[in-house]
Formats: sequence, structure tokens, C-alpha cells
Amino acid sequence: MNSLLGFVLISVLILIVVVQIAKVTELAGIRRGDKETQKLTNKRNANYMLWFLAGFMIFCVVSALHYKNYFLGYGPHGAASAHGTLIDSLFNTTLFFTGIVFVLTHVALFYFSWKYKEEDGVKAEYIAHDTRLEIIWTAIPAVVMAILVVFGLSAWNEIMADTEEEFIEIEATGYQFGWHLRYPGADNLLGTRNYKMIDGSNPIGQDWEDVKNHDDLHPGEIVLPVGEKVRVRITARDVLHNFYLPHFRVKMDAVPGMPTYFVFTPEVTTKEYRQRLKDYPEYQVPADPSEPDGPQKWEAFDYELACAELCGKGHFSMKRIVKIVEREEYDEWLAAQQPYYMTSIRNTDADPFKGQKLASDSVEEEAPAAEITEEVEADIVAMNAESAE
Amino acid sequence: MVISKGIPTYEEKLIEELGYDDHFHDHHDGDKFSANFINTYIFSMDHKIIAKQFLITGMFWAIIGALMSLVFRLQLGFPEADMVWLKPILGKWITVNAEGIGALSNQFYYALVTMHGTIIVFFVLTAGLSGTFSNLLIPLQIGARDMASPLLNMLSYWFFFLAGALMFYSLFLSTGPFSGGWTAYPPLSVLPQASDGSGAGMTFWTLSLVFFVVSVLLGGVNYITTVLNLRTKGMTMWRMPLTIWAFFITAIIGLLSFPVLVSGFFLLMFDRTMNTSFFLNEIFVGGEALQQVGGSPILYQHLFWFLGHPEVYIIILPAMGIVSEVLSVHAKKPIFGYKAMVFSMLAIAFLSFIVWAHHMFMSGVNPFISNFFVIFTLIIAVPSAVKVFNWISTLYKGSIRYNSAMLFAIGFVSMFISGGLTGIFLGNSAIDIQLHDTYFVVAHFHIVMGVAAFFGMFAGIYHWFPKMYGRFMNETLGKIHFWGTMIGAYAVFWPMHYIGMAGVPRRYYRFDTFDSFAQFGELNKFITVAAIIVFFLQVVFVVNFFYSIWRGRKQTVANPYDASTIEWTTPINAGHGNWPGKLPTVQRWPYDYGKDGREFYPQVEPVGDNESEVH
Repeated sequence: MNSLLGFVLISVLILIVVVQIAKVTELAGIRRGDKETQKLTNKRNANYMLWFLAGFMIFCVVSALHYKNYFLGYGPHGAASAHGTLIDSLFNTTLFFTGIVFVLTHVALFYFSWKYKEEDGVKAEYIAHDTRLEIIWTAIPAVVMAILVVFGLSAWNEIMADTEEEFIEIEATGYQFGWHLRYPGADNLLGTRNYKMIDGSNPIGQDWEDVKNHDDLHPGEIVLPVGEKVRVRITARDVLHNFYLPHFRVKMDAVPGMPTYFVFTPEVTTKEYRQRLKDYPEYQVPADPSEPDGPQKWEAFDYELACAELCGKGHFSMKRIVKIVEREEYDEWLAAQQPYYMTSIRNTDADPFKGQKLASDSVEEEAPAAEITEEVEADIVAMNAESAE
Repeated sequence: MVISKGIPTYEEKLIEELGYDDHFHDHHDGDKFSANFINTYIFSMDHKIIAKQFLITGMFWAIIGALMSLVFRLQLGFPEADMVWLKPILGKWITVNAEGIGALSNQFYYALVTMHGTIIVFFVLTAGLSGTFSNLLIPLQIGARDMASPLLNMLSYWFFFLAGALMFYSLFLSTGPFSGGWTAYPPLSVLPQASDGSGAGMTFWTLSLVFFVVSVLLGGVNYITTVLNLRTKGMTMWRMPLTIWAFFITAIIGLLSFPVLVSGFFLLMFDRTMNTSFFLNEIFVGGEALQQVGGSPILYQHLFWFLGHPEVYIIILPAMGIVSEVLSVHAKKPIFGYKAMVFSMLAIAFLSFIVWAHHMFMSGVNPFISNFFVIFTLIIAVPSAVKVFNWISTLYKGSIRYNSAMLFAIGFVSMFISGGLTGIFLGNSAIDIQLHDTYFVVAHFHIVMGVAAFFGMFAGIYHWFPKMYGRFMNETLGKIHFWGTMIGAYAVFWPMHYIGMAGVPRRYYRFDTFDSFAQFGELNKFITVAAIIVFFLQVVFVVNFFYSIWRGRKQTVANPYDASTIEWTTPINAGHGNWPGKLPTVQRWPYDYGKDGREFYPQVEPVGDNESEVH
């Protein structure tokens, strides 16, 4: 409270000083005469205009050089997906055109502001319009925009087109505040869902009557093979979310009750991306500042999945790790995953096939046993005995 | 006949000679119309007083909105800082941990972000900008005694006031004000289970904005009617100053788009209170599956952005009009390409209605539809570019008189260029995949419609302050205000482009949950410090404003800038009815500056036989 009071007091003091300065300069101006004062003002501010132009341009160049590694397509942060490179190059084409316009218009604006200040004996010229000039500078932006539209839309339609080819399908469901991931499992098909079936043991409302659900995997992170087409089915459980993979230039809203899709091909494995980062000094520092001998930033790097649509107070925390690996590693990882149905649903009360033998059971026997309690086991034995009779 | 005190000016003599006698004093009470304090200053029907009411209310909200941004900028720049000192003001929204370190609650962070957006967009840059200057300038610049309906005009302000009161009250609710972003996307805005702010806070937010829209519509009907019907003799449409064109087009856009927003709000209210499902479908929230199915949240986004996009032109067009006028007067040159300026405004206005879905490229709408919106969006760059070139050409071979108004007008052009160009990136849907909802967007719209619109507003306030109060604002403070804000605003928003290019999403309470977004700690500190400095420069402006109302340098001549337009033909501190005697008749266009060796021709002066170019 005291610091707040002190802050207010100091602010008030500064303001009083400012107002006094203003009064003094105004009085000095009146003594000097309005005309002289205006002359001085014109000269000063016209000069400031040039200074500002110089300072601003230097600021733009220096800051752009300093942050060049964050420009799309430069430095270590080039896109890690096939279509992402297209976006990056489109960004840079646009930057090229807008950069020229930015510099030219600013030079003209501030140079004219300096050059044409009020001066004794110089009168403004009466120039009301110039049709030829106006046609030219309407046509040039129109042509440039047409170029950008053509490039942009051809890229857009290519990126957003659905795929006919073979692809890996995964599903991401946004909820407050996290992502639920689902892989189709051995049958390559995602099972049906019904939001009314959502409960503690069924986080995305899978319909267990649908056998396609039985082999679906619920991994804690996204793992994908490099160079293969992926189609993400994106949906939400409660409010809008947005499936955002910054490194892959992937972004799509997750809408409750209306699945959306994004097709992309990861092209850089996590390992390769780490090697990319290795060369940059900003990544040659310890990942955790409190552990100077721990792994360096580039070693600790992982792709991330984030949310990019305001979804409530935990919006900033919806993170999942994304790993891009070689095909063999992907297969190994996939083989190690347990279907959620087998680990958490099979033969519990939630299982519509409780106690019944499933076509997939023979396969299941080889896999490590699901959590089947003794009671359930006894039930199964009894039922099998019944059916034997 | 009543003539102002002292020797009549050249313009006054012209009006006396050529003006139109509408027998004002035979029908009205003239200067004695506003007799007591309450109907002079509170329930006033005089457009000049209503303009001041809009302006000062807008300033009040601007301070609140800016202070909110400082609090969340502190959170973003200094996430580990002890915020206990804010506890006396923010109370339970500062949570104190065991070590006595106070932190801003994330729920309230989002409430602040939401309120900041709502307040600045609607209360400050719509009501405060368009409300102020449309009211002040339309009757004065077209030669009318007042608005077509002074009563509706008064109601327009008081509906705005009511909207403000409701919004202000919602800041103190125990569940906090609405916190789902100024766009209020459902289902988040519908479900109190999903966010505390979507409870009572959202009810107040919607009610407040419905009243706000009533205010805008009452104002808009009035502005359009006044411009169409109350122009004085000789004031053809093509003789109107660009300010009037801008306010006129703004009012039309508002009238066509705001009702659509309200329809969205009503459906939202039905979803909230009557279990309808316009925007809801298959939702599981708060441990239960909702019954509502079949709606679409995207439908709301269409309704919202059908206003939301025209809204940005509702904000920027008045600023464009003001800047055109100020640049021309102080460069002492006609505005370059007057008709091109009008046509480009009309083109922008038309296009503003068919680009709304460029806010929705990544929202799950059919990607095919986006093709049209990309094309129309990038076409807007053409009329915008024409305007910029015309402003720059207006300076060419001018004779620039530097004062605070002119500085802000030049600053506006710079801001409009910088912010407009980044729109070309975002309007291209393929690039928008990466940049959508990142800090790049934050940088873009803050520069092009936040800072630029504020600059237009400042230019207008400094320029027409004598018209409002018969005094000048202090020029030294004005220049400190301008140069500080010009540099400071770029310092705040320029670096956000880099943060955005790196992919950092907007509306994050903190960045360290993601390794990819955490590397801008220093830059975020820099932005926060710059924002605090810029805020204090605005305090300098506010002090200057109120100080000058009572203590500013007195206006001694009726037309201090040698301006052509007819608002400067009224007496200083003009009373009700604006012109004490006859109404001025207009003889020429408003931009005869620097012609035939003369500084300016007042609009009331008949065209001479030997004049070179006649418009």
C-alpha cells in the first residue's frame, strides 16, 4: 500500500513539473511572438521527422537482424513439414513486396514532412489531383495483390485439400485443459464416439459396442513417422480449442460436435531438428538454468502441440509433446502401446462385452494381460463353463 | 441581428451578406435555449455538448482500458514479480502464496484481456471517436443548427452511458467480469461451467453491448439524416469535407452491421437462458453431457464478424476523415485526389461487408469458401493504398505548419502504413495458417486500428479543441505527447511481430509452459516497460486536456488555422444553434488552399471570375 501511495505521489510531482515546464515554454513563446515561435517549432519538428525516419529504419533493420532466426523460413525455425515450406516462402514473397512499399512510403512521408515545412516566402502549391498518377498507383497495388492472391490461393488449396492417398489417421480432442490423443490401432480405423457416453473411464465417449474402438490407442504424446502423410481428426469436448503445431505450420480449430481435419507430412525428425538447432548459440545454453551441467537447450528440444483458441483460464497450458521418428522407431513405439479398451475397459462394468469372448481375444492373449481382477476372472471361468454345457 | 462581439470577421460579413436566413430566432430561444445546469451540461440536446460528453466518457474508458492492459502486461513481462501491491485494488484476484508473494490470478488475467478489448474497441474507438467527432463536426461543417433529432442524439449518449454503467458494474462481480475474449465465442461464452466469467459477467457484458448498439444506431440514424437533409444551401455532397464523408459512411456501415451483431447476441442469450442450441452441439462440460445438440459455434462467428469486420472500418474511417482534413489545413494545400478519397472510402465500406470470414480461415469453415474472402480482403489493400498515396501527396510541395494536430496526423499515416501492410500477410489464408491467433495479429491490429485510430482521435482533439472550448491545448505538452507516443507505440507493438513470427499464440497467461514460446522473456519485459511509459504520456495528454479547458491559451480569432471549412465561421464558444444570425451558404468545395497566391478561400466566399481551378 505504501509503495502504491509513493508511486502516486511521485507521479503527481512529475506531472506538476511537466505542467510548469509547459507553462514556462508557453510564456516564453508569447514573449518571442507567435510567428517566431511557430517558425522555431516548424524547424524543430521537421528535423525530428528526419531523425525519426532514420531512427525508425535503423531500429527496423537492427531488430530484424537480431531476431532474424524467428522469421519464417530463416535460421533454425524453418518449417518441419512439406506444406510449411510453401507457407514460409509465401511469407517471404509478401515480405519482399510489403518491405519495398514500407520503406518507400515512409521515406516519402517523412522526407516530405521535413522538406515542405512552412518557410518564409515559400507558398504551398495548389495540386488538387493528377489522374495519370492516380491511375498508376491504383494499378500497381492491384497487380501486386493479384500476384499474391494467385500464389496464396494455389498454396492454400493445395494445403487444405483432403488426401486420397494412404495416410496415417490420428485424432486429437481438446478439453479444458488438455488434449486427448487417439490412434486407430491395428485396424487403422477410429471407432465411433458418442459424447453422452463420456465419463470418468471413457474420456472421449467411445462406444464400446463398436469393435473398431477396441484396438484404439490413447497415447500421452503424438509420435509420427517422418515423411508419411498424416491426417489429424480434430475435435473438442467442451468449448472451442485449436490444434496448433507451430513447427509444422498446422493450425485448425477444434469444434465441439463438428470434427475438422488437417493433412500434413512431417519432414524433419526430432533428432534432425535438434541437430539444426545445435549450431545456434541461443540453443547452446543449459535447458534448465538451475542445472548448468544438464542437457543443453538443443538437446532438450521437442516439438510441441499447443492450443491457439481462447478456451478458458487454462488456455496457456494445453501442451503435448510431438515426436517425429524414423519408420522403424515408430513401429516399435506403436507395438508397445496398449489399446485403451484392453487396459481400462475390458470386462469392467462399462464393457458391453463383459464376460463374452471377442473375435480379437486370441490376439489379446499374446499381449500382456489387461487388468482383470480375480472376480472378473472367476466370472469368465464360470461363463465359459456355462457355455461349455 | 445578433452578431458576435467585436468587429465582424470577413467570413461573418460574407454570411451576413449571402447567408440564408432560417428565422432561427423567431422559432427558437436562441442562446437562452439551455437555461439551467441540468439541461445545459447533463441532459443536453446540443450537439456540441453531447460531443464533449462522448469525448470525456471515452477518455474515462480509455484510461480504464489502458490501466487494464498495464496490469496484464506486468504479468506477461514480469511473471515472477510480486503483485501484492495491487491487492488493495484487485483484492481476491491477487492470490498470495505461503511466502507472501502475490500473483495475478489467471481467471482475472483473461477477464482483463477481454475487458481491455471490449472497452477500447466499443467504448473508446467507436463511441469516443465517431460519437465525439460526428456530433461535433457534422452540424458545424455542413452548416446545420443541430442534429436532425437532438432528442435521439441525447438518448444516444445516455444509452452509451447506461452501457458503460453496466460494464463498469460487471467489473466488481464476485465471479468476475466476462473473460472469454472480446469476440465472446460460444460455447465458452454460453457455459458458466466452462468459465467463471461466463456467468453473471457475461450477462452484464451482453446487456451492456445491446444498449451500446442502441446508442450506435440512434446516433447513426441521426448522422445519416442530418448529412442528407440538413446541409446548408450550396453544400452539395461533393462540397462536403472528407470528415463528413467519413462520418456519413461510418454511420451507414454501423447501421447495416450492428443489428446483425445484436441478433447474434440474442441467440447467445437464448442459448444461455432457455436451453436452445443455436450455437451448441454435443458438449460435455462440468461432468455432464448437455442436452443441446444440432447448433454450430461457427454460426455465431459469422454473425459476430459480419459486424466485427465492418467495425474496424467504423473505427478507422472517422480517423481517416479527420486526418485528411488536418493534413490539408496545416499543409495549406488541397487534399490530394478528393474524389478518389471519397470513392476509396466507399469502396472500403462496401468491401468491408464481404470480407468477414478472413477472421475464420482456421475456424473449420469449408476451405473453399476462404478463396473468396482472400480475394476480397486483398482487394481492400488497393483503396487503402490509394488513400496513403494521397495523404503523402498532400504533403508534397505543401507549407507545413507544425502543431500537435498535424504531428498526430502524420503519425497516423505512418501507423496506418505499418499496420496495414501486415494485413496483407494475414489476409492471405495460407500465411494465416501460421500467423492466425499469434502475436503477429496482436501487432497488426493494435498498430492499424488501435494506435492509428487513437492518433486520428488525438489529431482531431488538438485541432478542434478551440472549437470545443474556445482555448488551445498546450503545444509543448502536445509535442511531448506526440513524440513520446510515436516512439513508444512502435516500441510496444513492433517487437510483437517477431514474437508472432516465432509462433507465440496470443491470449497466453504465461509463456513458460512451452519451450517453443518461452524465449522472449527479455523482449516481453521491454514491451511492458515501453507500455508503462506510453501510458504516462497519455496522462500528460489528459492533464493537458483538462488544464486547457480552464487555463489554456484563449482563442482570439475565430479562424485560427485559416481553414476553409465553415465550422470556423461561427463565433468563438458558439452557443446553441451555432450561428448567431443567418446560416452560411456554401459557394465552393472545402479545399481551396494555396490557390492563386491566396492562403485560403473560405467556403462561404463566392467563386470569383478570375479563379483558376474551380471544384
